[in-house]
Amino acid sequence: MGWFGASIKRKEDPAFLTGRGRYVDDIALPGMLHAVVLRSPHGHAGIRGIDKRAALSLPGVHAVFTHADLPESMQRQTVPLLVPSPTIKQALMPYCLAKDEVCFVGEPIAIVVADSRYLAEDAAALVEIDFQVLPAVSDCAKGLKPGAPPAHRGSPNNLGAFIPINVGNTDAAFAQAAHIFREQIFQHRGGPFFMECRGMIAVPDAVSDALTIYVASQGPHRHKRVLLDLMEWADHQLRIVTPDVGGGFGPKGSFYAEYGALAAAALAMRRPIKWIEDRHENFLSTQQERDQYWDVEIAVDAEARILGVRGSLTHDAGAYLPWGVVLPWIAATSVPGPYVIRNFHLDVSVAFTNKVPTSPVRGAGRPEAAVVMERLMDRVAREFKLDRAEVRRRNFITPAQMPYKVGIIFRDGRPVTYDSGDYPVCQRDALAAVDYEGFRARQVKAREEGRYIGLGIGNAVEATGLGPYESATVRVSTSGKLTVYTGATPQGQSHKTTLAQIAADHFGCTPDDITIVTADTAATGLGVGSFAARTAVNAGSSVHLASAQVAQKIKQFAAQMMEVAEQDVVLENGYAKVAGSDVKRSFREVAAVAVGMPGFSMARGPSPGLEATSHFTPDQSTYSNGTHVAEVEVDIETGHVTVTRYLLMHDCGTVINPMVVEGQIVGGVIHGVGNAFFERLIYDDQAQPVSTHFGEYLLPLATDSPIVEVLHMETPSPLNPLGLKGAGEGGTIAAIAALLSAVEDALEPFGVHIAEAPITPQRIVELLGEHALGRTR
Amino acid sequence: MKPPPFAYHDPTSIQEAADLIGRLDNAMPLAGGQSLMPMLNFRVVAPDHLIDLNRVAGLSYIEIKNGTGRFGAMTRQRDVEFSADVAKAFPVLHEALGHVGHRQTRNRGTIGGSLCHLDPSAELVNMAALHDGVLEVASRGGRREIKIADWVRGIMTNALEPGELLTGVTLKAWPTGHGYAFEEFARRHGDFAITAVGCLLTLDGNGTINRAVLCVSGMGPAPARVAEAERLLIGAKPGHEAFRAAAIAAQALDAMSDAYVTAAYRKHLARVLTYRALQRAAARAGGPR
Repeated sequence: MGWFGASIKRKEDPAFLTGRGRYVDDIALPGMLHAVVLRSPHGHAGIRGIDKRAALSLPGVHAVFTHADLPESMQRQTVPLLVPSPTIKQALMPYCLAKDEVCFVGEPIAIVVADSRYLAEDAAALVEIDFQVLPAVSDCAKGLKPGAPPAHRGSPNNLGAFIPINVGNTDAAFAQAAHIFREQIFQHRGGPFFMECRGMIAVPDAVSDALTIYVASQGPHRHKRVLLDLMEWADHQLRIVTPDVGGGFGPKGSFYAEYGALAAAALAMRRPIKWIEDRHENFLSTQQERDQYWDVEIAVDAEARILGVRGSLTHDAGAYLPWGVVLPWIAATSVPGPYVIRNFHLDVSVAFTNKVPTSPVRGAGRPEAAVVMERLMDRVAREFKLDRAEVRRRNFITPAQMPYKVGIIFRDGRPVTYDSGDYPVCQRDALAAVDYEGFRARQVKAREEGRYIGLGIGNAVEATGLGPYESATVRVSTSGKLTVYTGATPQGQSHKTTLAQIAADHFGCTPDDITIVTADTAATGLGVGSFAARTAVNAGSSVHLASAQVAQKIKQFAAQMMEVAEQDVVLENGYAKVAGSDVKRSFREVAAVAVGMPGFSMARGPSPGLEATSHFTPDQSTYSNGTHVAEVEVDIETGHVTVTRYLLMHDCGTVINPMVVEGQIVGGVIHGVGNAFFERLIYDDQAQPVSTHFGEYLLPLATDSPIVEVLHMETPSPLNPLGLKGAGEGGTIAAIAALLSAVEDALEPFGVHIAEAPITPQRIVELLGEHALGRTR
Repeated sequence: MKPPPFAYHDPTSIQEAADLIGRLDNAMPLAGGQSLMPMLNFRVVAPDHLIDLNRVAGLSYIEIKNGTGRFGAMTRQRDVEFSADVAKAFPVLHEALGHVGHRQTRNRGTIGGSLCHLDPSAELVNMAALHDGVLEVASRGGRREIKIADWVRGIMTNALEPGELLTGVTLKAWPTGHGYAFEEFARRHGDFAITAVGCLLTLDGNGTINRAVLCVSGMGPAPARVAEAERLLIGAKPGHEAFRAAAIAAQALDAMSDAYVTAAYRKHLARVLTYRALQRAAARAGGPR
C-alpha cells in the first residue's frame, strides 16, 4: 500500500485545465443535425392540436416530431418509474413527448430538427399549438387542500404518495414529556445548476436498428435500461457513453422524457442529432429539489433529553415522480441524525404541483432534515437556557451503541443501522478548533461595538455508499496496458484519480500507469452510476477486489513462466519479478501468455486472460458524519450576512485522497451557503417560473464564499474491505443548519427566530422590525 | 438562447451611424452589448438591423476642463473608472463605477450603453442626475441636447426619438474638496443594486451644509433626486439629526415591488444608505466624522 491515502494531484486536471476535456457539446459528427425541444409555456394545459406547417416551411428545417410521430412503443408507454414504492398513490410519469396534456412549464411537446440550433429556434417559434389552459397548482401545501385544482387532468387529488414513519410509541412519549416544543419550518432548495447543462447526441448505426448515444449523465447504464424499455430493444442495439461531465449533483442522473424522443428522431432521420440544453431550458426542465413544509414537535424530559419527535412533512413533488419517493423518504428518515430518538412519528405527504419534477440534489433531503433537527436542538437549548453544545452532547448516540439501529427502514430497503462513528468526539474537536468556549466573550465585545456576530452548530449523519453495486473490470491488455472499466460516472468527483490510486497499490505501479474508463455501456455490461455518495464505497471496493484477483493471476502466470513459486513473485513497475533477484517478466509478456496462442492448449493453472470483474454489493448503507461550525456577522440595518469563519470536522471513514475529499467538502459547503442565503426558484400562482436566469436565481460567488477549514476523523466502516464511506454530500448536509443557527445566534438580542431557508437580507430586516433602523433611528 | 435573424451594420463615422439609424426600420444600436446581447439571446428584442457602434470614430473620449466633464457615449466604463482626471474632478463617479457589474463587464460596457438601457438601478444614471448631466444626441437632421431630468420617459425607456443616437454626456463638476459618497446594497458583488444612493455636499466656513444633492436609485423607473432631503440638509449642521431627517425623506419616496424585493425593503434601504452616504460625504467635506 502506498498510493491509497495520498494527496496526489488529479489525473483529470491536465486535460481539463488545457481545454482538452471532451464534453458532449465538443463532439461534432458528419451530417449532424441540431434539435430544439419545444416546451410547454403553460403550467397546466390540454393540447387540442399542433400545426407544424409553418415551421416545416422554413428553409433548413428537417422535421418536427410530436407524440404522434414517436414509435408505437413510445406512444404506448410513459417513461418508466425506476423506483416504485407501495406508498405511491398515483404513479404518474410523462410520455417522451406530451400526448394531450402538459403539466409543467418546460414539459417537452415537440422536437424541432434543423441544420443549426439557430434555425431550429426560429422554427420552434412557428409551431402553432392549440392549448386549453387549465388551472395550475403552484404551492404544494395549497394543492393538498380540498377544492384545489388537480395538477393532472382526471386525478382525484394531488396526493402522489403518503409515507407514515413510525418508530416506538410517540404518543406515550409525548404524554410523559416535561416539555414539548413546536417548530414550523419552510425550506426551499433550488436546483443542481451544474456548469455544463444537459446534452445528448444520438447517432444511428449505419447497418442496423441500433444507436450510439453520447449523453451528459450520472450513469449511462440506467439510461440504457430505460431506453431499452421504451424502444423494446435488446442490449446489443444500444450503446450509451457519458464523456466528460461538468457537474451533476443528482438531477443529471435522471432519464428525461426528451432523451427518448431524441433517440427516436435520430433513428427515424438516419442522421446524428445533437441537442444541448441551454441555460434557459435548464431552469425550465432540469429537475430541482424545491419546497418542503415541516411542522414538528419535540418532547423532552426535565434534563433536555429527547423522548420523541413527531409531526408532518409536505413535499413538493412537481409534476411527476422520476425518482419515486426517494427524496422525501431520505429527508424524513434522516431527521434523527446523530441523536438517540426512541420515538419518532412523521407523516409525509408527497404532493403533485404543476412545476418541474423534483429529484435529489446533493444532500438529497438530508440538509432539510438536518435543519429540522438542529433547529429543534437550538430551541430546546434556548428554552432550557442551556448551552447548545451541551444539549446535543446529552442526546448523542455514543460509539458504545454502534452499530446503532434507528428503527426506521431506509430507502435502501434495510433498517437504518449506523455502522460506526464517534459523534461526541466529532463535535468536541470541532468546537475546540474554533475556541467555542471563548466565543461568548468575543460576541459580547462585538455587541458593545455595535456588531452582531453569531456561531451556529450543525451535526449530521449521512447514509452513503448505497447499493446495489458498481461494476469494475480490471484488465491487462496484451500490450501490457492496465485498464479499469467501470460503470462509475464522474461529474467532477476525481474518480479517475481515486480509483487508480486503489488499483495502483495492487500492481506496484503508479496511478498514471492505469487508465480508468468510465461510463460506457460497451465497456461494462452492468453499471449503476454515481449518486448518493456511493462511488468510493461501491466502485472503489469493486476495483480493489478485481485488482487483487488480476494481480494474483499475473503472479500465477509469471510464476509458471519463471518456474518459481507464486508467493516469490512481486509486482513492481510493470514487471512481475522474483523477489530478491533480477529475474522478471513484463506485464506485456505475461498478458500474451495469459491469452494463449492460437491452436495451442493452455497450460494448467489460472483461467485465460489477465482480467477480472467485481460487482461489490454492500449489505447496507454506510454512515458518514460531521459537525459544522459557522460564524457570521449580520449587518442589522441591511440584513446582510457575512460568513466570517467556517470549520467542519468530517468523518468519511478511510480517505483515499485527502485533497480530493477536501475539494468535495469545500464545494459542498458553498452549495450549502447558496441554499442558506441565496438560491430560490420563484413561481407565480399559476406555476409560471419567475427565476429563469442567473441574474435572478443567485448562486454564491467567490466573494460570498467563506474559507472552509476541513478537519478529518477516520472511523473506518466495517462494511467494505477498505473501510470507506461517502464524501460527496457531507459538506452540504449540515451547512444550512449551521448557518441558520449562526444568524439566529447573532440576532439573539432582538429575539429573532429563524424558521426558513433560504433566509434573505430582506427577511432578516422584516424579522428585526424596528431594530433594523439601527443608527438611523 | 440564440438570437433571431438580424442584419449587421458596421459604420465607422457618427454620420454613417446616424444615417443608418435614420434610414432603417426596426434598427438598434449595439454599444458594449452587456445587456443587449443577452436580450437578443433571450429573444426579448428582435431588431431587423443591428448597428454596431464599436468602430465608430469620435465616440470614445474623456475631456475634463472648466468645471465640466465630457464623455463620449462609447467610452468604456473601465476607462472612466481608471482615469485619474475623473477620480479628481468626479470622485463619486469613480466610486460608483466600482459597483457597475464586474471588472470584466466594465471592460466592455460603455457610458452611453448604460444611460440608454436605463436599468432602474444603473449607477451611471444616478451619476448623471447628481452632476446635472446633459445628453448629446445626433440624428440625420442634426444634433440636440437633452437634460437628464427629461431623459427618462418610463421604465427602461429613454427620450431618444426614432432615428436618434446618443453620442455623449456632459457632467458638471463640483468644487475641489466637496463631500461625496455612493452607497448601494446588492445581494452579491456586482449585482444590480436593490437600492443605491449618491450624494454630494459642501460645507461653508462655519461647517454648515450650504449645498447638497441626493439621488436614490432602484426605487422607481429612474433615479430620484430627493428634493425634500436636499432642502432639509442645506443650512443644517452635519450630524445625526440632519442625516436622520434626510434619510427619512429618502425613505418616503415611492418604491416598486417585484417577485424578490418588497417596496418596504427598498424604502428601508433608502433610509439606511442615505444616512451612511451622508455620514461619509460630510466627513470627506471636512465635517465631523
